[in-house]
Amino acid sequence: MEIKRRDFLKVAAAGGLMMAANAGPALARDQKARITGAVGLLYDSTVCVGCKACVSACKQYNETPPSFSSSDELWDNPLDNDSKTYNHIKLYKDGTGEVKDREKDGHAYVKRQCMHCVDPACASACPVSALKKDEKSGIVTYNKDACIGCRYCQVACPFNIPKFEWEKALPQIRKCELCSHRLKKGDIPACAEFCPTGACIFGAVDDLLAEAKKRLAYKPGEYQNYPVERVNGKQVTERLVTPYIQHVYGEKEGGGTQVLYLAGVPFQKLGLPDLEEKPQAQVSETIQHTIYKGMIAPIVFLGGLVYIVHKNTKDE
Amino acid sequence: MSEESKPIGGEIFTKPFKVLMAFALFAAVLVIVRLFYGLGLVTSMSDGYPWGIWIAYDVVAGTAVACGGYAMAILVYMMNKGEYHPLVRPALLASMFGYTLAGVSVMFDIGRYWQAYNLFLPKYANPNSILFEVALCIALYSLVLWLEFIPAFLEGIEKHKKDVPKFVQNWDVRGLRKFWNKVLFIFIAVGILLPTMHQSSLGTMMVIAGKKLSPLWQTGFLPLLYLISAITMGYAIVIFESIYSSKGLKRPLESDMLAKLSGIIPWLLGIFLVVRFVGIISQGGLGSIFQFNKNTLMFIIEIALFVYPLMVLMNKGNQTRPRALFLSAASLLLAGSLYRFNSYLIGFNPGPGWGYFPSFTEIMITLGIISFEIMAYLYIVKKFPVLPKTEHA
Repeated sequence: MEIKRRDFLKVAAAGGLMMAANAGPALARDQKARITGAVGLLYDSTVCVGCKACVSACKQYNETPPSFSSSDELWDNPLDNDSKTYNHIKLYKDGTGEVKDREKDGHAYVKRQCMHCVDPACASACPVSALKKDEKSGIVTYNKDACIGCRYCQVACPFNIPKFEWEKALPQIRKCELCSHRLKKGDIPACAEFCPTGACIFGAVDDLLAEAKKRLAYKPGEYQNYPVERVNGKQVTERLVTPYIQHVYGEKEGGGTQVLYLAGVPFQKLGLPDLEEKPQAQVSETIQHTIYKGMIAPIVFLGGLVYIVHKNTKDE
Repeated sequence: MSEESKPIGGEIFTKPFKVLMAFALFAAVLVIVRLFYGLGLVTSMSDGYPWGIWIAYDVVAGTAVACGGYAMAILVYMMNKGEYHPLVRPALLASMFGYTLAGVSVMFDIGRYWQAYNLFLPKYANPNSILFEVALCIALYSLVLWLEFIPAFLEGIEKHKKDVPKFVQNWDVRGLRKFWNKVLFIFIAVGILLPTMHQSSLGTMMVIAGKKLSPLWQTGFLPLLYLISAITMGYAIVIFESIYSSKGLKRPLESDMLAKLSGIIPWLLGIFLVVRFVGIISQGGLGSIFQFNKNTLMFIIEIALFVYPLMVLMNKGNQTRPRALFLSAASLLLAGSLYRFNSYLIGFNPGPGWGYFPSFTEIMITLGIISFEIMAYLYIVKKFPVLPKTEHA
């Protein structure tokens, strides 16, 4: 078939429009700011001794069943976060592993749970608003009555946090909701309350961030007071400061998270992804909202189509 | 329209039909197992690879292969190329089944299927979600495809007045058909708008996966690339089906029409490939091509499958050779499907420790769905006026 110049131009123009729409920064969705009064956790890997008291407290207060990985099924020993394990402690080990919090020939612990992102990809992805960011606390909550089980949240989450009950006929998505049920009663998340060392503390994100930055300024070898359970609580413990990587993971990663990390070994070694500062939800929504702003483009396109199709089918 | 199309008649329960039926029944049993014992038992999906072939093939590649109806509607009704009209109905029929069955397989795939209607409840709507738009669009388009096909059903009823149930015989089928043909243009227009929206958005879906998707596929141009390749695949499937049914159902080939139709493809492919590489370069993914891993290999196969039909069909002589046409169309369908597989599964890496390869039962359910689709297609083209009337020389 010979392509007429006019037709080609039409196609090219349409393609050009789409490209412009794709690239157009004019309608870009603004980056979301931290909610004032949002709450979260600060996990300091150098303070953690890997006792897993947080794992067991999490299971107890969220009433999640044991997760077996040995064939006798007698021991609750999850290998990773799963639908029965919202919170987990993992171990990094290199070479001889002899020195704690050292990258080479050392070891370090890492606690993994929902990061409660400032701009959560899961909530942006969820077609039925089952995953939602609470307007006051910033906690990313799950509503099973809304969820259709499509698992797009799992595709979207850069931390692979939402877990699905693959073995159930009537499954749900499971993940840490920062013990919302305990917060309502004035308690704090179980993992923070039962952490004996203060490696995991609860508080307002602003306070947690300030505490994290304060710790980065400490000199290795000196003794400092580390709060336990709550960032501004009365309980403190004195401990010897060990070297930190000079970075608060979660301050900016993926647009920021409400769970912040300090560590003595590089965060990527602990399995935390290396993310851009621009959240992926913003990238995705900018494309979508550029094309579908107020549904104007689709409505105009439909109007044109109805007219053209009507004209072209009249003589039939 | 009725002067162009005609039921081809013949035996329904042929041997191939019975084989297809066996596949479909086996799949039905497996679906029941899935409903009672959960997705874990019948599929290889995991928390790292939450989507498997049911999404990548049945929905993402499946609806693109089912874009024949959409691609032909653009040509006939938007560009006003009336000469292609005889190809519209068979394309529409294949689209109708492709989309309907994509919808059916989604119902097996989603975990909380009994709450699927939540997608349509305003209180749960999330306009930020790409999947929200895709799901609504695909549901609506499946409905529109059935509405667009009503004239063929009405013609079929008119022709077989004696075979249809009594209450249907009393209908004013002629009047109904006339009325429907009057309002049909609205559905045709909607039927062009909706695939434009959701075929591009199927690409946008993976943008949020961010770095989990290899830079060979991750790009802001995903929606444009998905749209162009879906339309191109639409023309390819029309050519493919037309040649295949002329051989399989022993009918003369509409060679002039196919030659002209195939001339559009190199243009679309050219634009696609340019944008494809601009996307990779803008993501800084060029280096990934030379890593010589699984992604590199799949990328090279994908690009080769796209380039082959481009090279073949750029040569005008090949546009009239059924063999060249058939191979080009097949290559293009594979290319577009592989592009979708790559961007949903193969290029997707949730991190160390995760892997996915579809399980036997997972594959059997997909094969069952395809079998059911072909069975329904065969039944309808034999009973209803879908395929172009053959010219007796």
